[in-house]
Amino acid sequence: MSTILEMRSITKEFPGVKALSDVTLTVEQGEIHAICGENGAGKSTLMKVLSGVYPHGTYDGEIVFDGATAEFGSINDSEDRGVVIIHQELALVPYLSVAENIFLGNETRNRFGMIDWNAANRKAATLLERVGLDENPTTPVGQLGVGKQQLIEIAKALSKEVKLLILDEPTAALNDDDSEHLLELLRQLKAHGITSIIISHKLNEIEEIADRTTIIRDGRTIETLDMSEPGSTQDRIIRGMVGRDLEHRYPERASVVGDEVLRVEGWNVDHPTQIGRQIIVDASFNVHAGEVVGIAGLMGAGRTELAMSIFGRTYGRNIRGEIYKDGKPIQIRNVSEAIGHNIAYATEDRKHYGLNLIDDIRHNISAAGLPKLAPRGWVNGNEELRVAEEYRGSLNIKTPNVLVDVGKLSGGNQQKVVLSKWLYTDPDVLILDEPTRGIDVGAKFEIYTIINKMVAAGKAVVVISSELPELLGICDRVYTLAFGRITGELPVAEATQERLMELMTIERDQPLPTKETAS
Amino acid sequence: MNAIDSVRDILTRNMRQSGIVIAFLAIVVLFAALNPNFLSPTNLTNIVLQYSYILILAIGMVMIIVAGQIDLSVGSVVALTGAVSAVVVIRQGMPWYVGVLAALVVGLLVGVWQGFWVAYVGIPGFIVTLAGMLLFRGLTFLVLDNKSLSPFGGTYYDIANGFLNGLLGGYGFDVFTLVIFGIAVVGFAVSQWRTRQGKIAYQQTVESMPLFVTKLVVIAAVVMWFGYQLSISRGLPIVLIILAVLIIAYTLVTQKSVFGRHVYAVGGNRHAAELSGVKVRKVNFWIFVNMGVLASVAGVVYSSRMNGAQPGAGNMFELDAIAACFIGGASTTGGVGRVGGAMIGGLIMAVMSNGMQLMGVPQSMQQVVKGLVLLLAVAFDIYNKRRASVLR
Repeated sequence: MSTILEMRSITKEFPGVKALSDVTLTVEQGEIHAICGENGAGKSTLMKVLSGVYPHGTYDGEIVFDGATAEFGSINDSEDRGVVIIHQELALVPYLSVAENIFLGNETRNRFGMIDWNAANRKAATLLERVGLDENPTTPVGQLGVGKQQLIEIAKALSKEVKLLILDEPTAALNDDDSEHLLELLRQLKAHGITSIIISHKLNEIEEIADRTTIIRDGRTIETLDMSEPGSTQDRIIRGMVGRDLEHRYPERASVVGDEVLRVEGWNVDHPTQIGRQIIVDASFNVHAGEVVGIAGLMGAGRTELAMSIFGRTYGRNIRGEIYKDGKPIQIRNVSEAIGHNIAYATEDRKHYGLNLIDDIRHNISAAGLPKLAPRGWVNGNEELRVAEEYRGSLNIKTPNVLVDVGKLSGGNQQKVVLSKWLYTDPDVLILDEPTRGIDVGAKFEIYTIINKMVAAGKAVVVISSELPELLGICDRVYTLAFGRITGELPVAEATQERLMELMTIERDQPLPTKETAS
Repeated sequence: MNAIDSVRDILTRNMRQSGIVIAFLAIVVLFAALNPNFLSPTNLTNIVLQYSYILILAIGMVMIIVAGQIDLSVGSVVALTGAVSAVVVIRQGMPWYVGVLAALVVGLLVGVWQGFWVAYVGIPGFIVTLAGMLLFRGLTFLVLDNKSLSPFGGTYYDIANGFLNGLLGGYGFDVFTLVIFGIAVVGFAVSQWRTRQGKIAYQQTVESMPLFVTKLVVIAAVVMWFGYQLSISRGLPIVLIILAVLIIAYTLVTQKSVFGRHVYAVGGNRHAAELSGVKVRKVNFWIFVNMGVLASVAGVVYSSRMNGAQPGAGNMFELDAIAACFIGGASTTGGVGRVGGAMIGGLIMAVMSNGMQLMGVPQSMQQVVKGLVLLLAVAFDIYNKRRASVLR
């Protein structure tokens, strides 16, 4: 076997964060190479360096691909050499047909310079056959499910004569059947000599499919395991990824659980546009003062939809169910009413739903609590600045001053701004949706510390997360959400990752296990 | 921080804003050098009178643009409101204030109409106001029966052509004008001083005392010089008072009020604003209502200035108002822009038109130059943003 890719001593810095330091990666011709690491460990950054998203010159180190030094200036350069990356968020145009998507930017032309649609559709059909997809090439991509779209992305890569295929969390949004199909396809491609790099959190998949696994932690290469050796188990990978005990990753907290603050009963939500599709089915949960409650669910389980439909009906239609605050039934028709009932919701997608990136820290922090600063409709600018400075200090937002645009901050600091915004509204219940997504380990610890401070002050916190160790590390109690249903409720002492995962994968037509514990 | 450092700090921090002020001053100096009449009292008065209605439109437009929308109908609304006023005053023989009131009510209704479609039906402002542009132009023709109506005369005529002069007497210059300007300068200085004291009380960094005083003195000197020029000409134009009141009021609304803050929040990130409790629809509705009313104020000023109403009045005003906002630093994607910036942007266009007219530059050439200025101003904006993102 020869080496197809060597990345030597790759270092990539962002202002204030060293995303990669001295990372080395060697991939052999024709293998399936897995890359494992926690969120924020630097996996995606490494792949962006490799594919030219971060052009040559913006990082230190050397890349040798297919026997020659690679200095990719853009993603086009890397694709020309046969390196194709398929991102977690698919890059297909929903209104264009399968064939149009496959050949987008790479169209077959006839001698008049026009696109030869017959040839394109014929070629597309051949490619679809290779990826095992039985669809008409003229079908609009938007009509197909995520799993099929993933396969179309691969067909698109094949059309570019790919030598090295990079898949970033390819199965994160897929169900078991689609995942299995995808993995089988990767094996077939391997048989045809195509090398793959797969980034995944699903360790059982990696164990099943990878030839070798490289583990990255905190922007460094930890080790590369040969998966054919008996010692290379999932536990071995986890040990490499985590590198330390759970206790040290989560701050200590003495839990003093008080009265019930929020209770949701019989919550049902329909999809906003697809009539008859129910997203949340009969969900009930509660949270007490001084308690951190987790909601564990896989992508697509309806976690964000549940939270947003409660938070001022910002998601879904035909919302039914009851909400009790401090034991009394309440109505929440919009976000201001939710804030009025001292409920706060910090979104999972801070760039699109949480922050005004082109405005400064000060204005972002005051955005939700503005009435407090403006008793008669006029904002007290000096007080606003004082508030912003106060949160900068107490939440340790790393910035020269609060007049810096939020878009210039790192993910962890942006998240602290989002938290500041909601803390300033003085909530009793704080719903945090993926509060540590995409931020580094140090900032995570700070966020956990802030959560602990909040519950110590008697607030109730709901944490939505797909990272089970995180939920086990910080919660008192965990609900599992699967396919829009609450499928279980466990005190953290009785919860394990395996137990939660079991509950998180109960499909809608399967019976729920009998409730084992009382809350 | 010493004086030079703090000057540099202010310049770099507000590159976009200060860049445009410097450009404005450079253009003024250029025309003053090319033509001695440019800074004459009569001409300065003329600039104010000729462009006041564009500046009034730009005040409303900048709020629309900050919210991420656009209004293409304001030229037609200027025509329609002027026409309604002319029908009331000239054809029906009603007093001048009834005409003004009628125009304002029509402007309000226009705003409610467009706000409804944008905010509650969800049609982009571009489409709604493109339709409005045709709709209200057509209504203007209907109201006026395809004919011009003139003259207004009397008090209505004075709105845009009258001066406050001789109220306190004077010897070759109008004392009243100088007193008003004096009050304005003192008021400005006091408010600046109070802002500074407030900042100190909250332990924020402020510019050094010598720099602060120098800044005030320079601004006061320029403003008083301008006032003096007006006073030795025809006195204080009434329209300048209207304009000044609007600028001050809207600067406060956009920078200090909750509503103003919500406009920026919606334009910066609509979803984040919604999830922070901002009622996005209400904001969109009211900015269009506001624009309708301001367009009717401009309609009154313009019809008064023209001393009549024409079916084709206000043609292309929307483009001048939009250009003023973009030259003044508003972002095409919303979330960024200031009333002050739009005023400077409008003045740049006003000064350039006027200066080129004085020099006898043909109309065709003036259009070319104005187009280039708009293009370069936005190019400068994009260049700055890209530089900022590289620094990131």
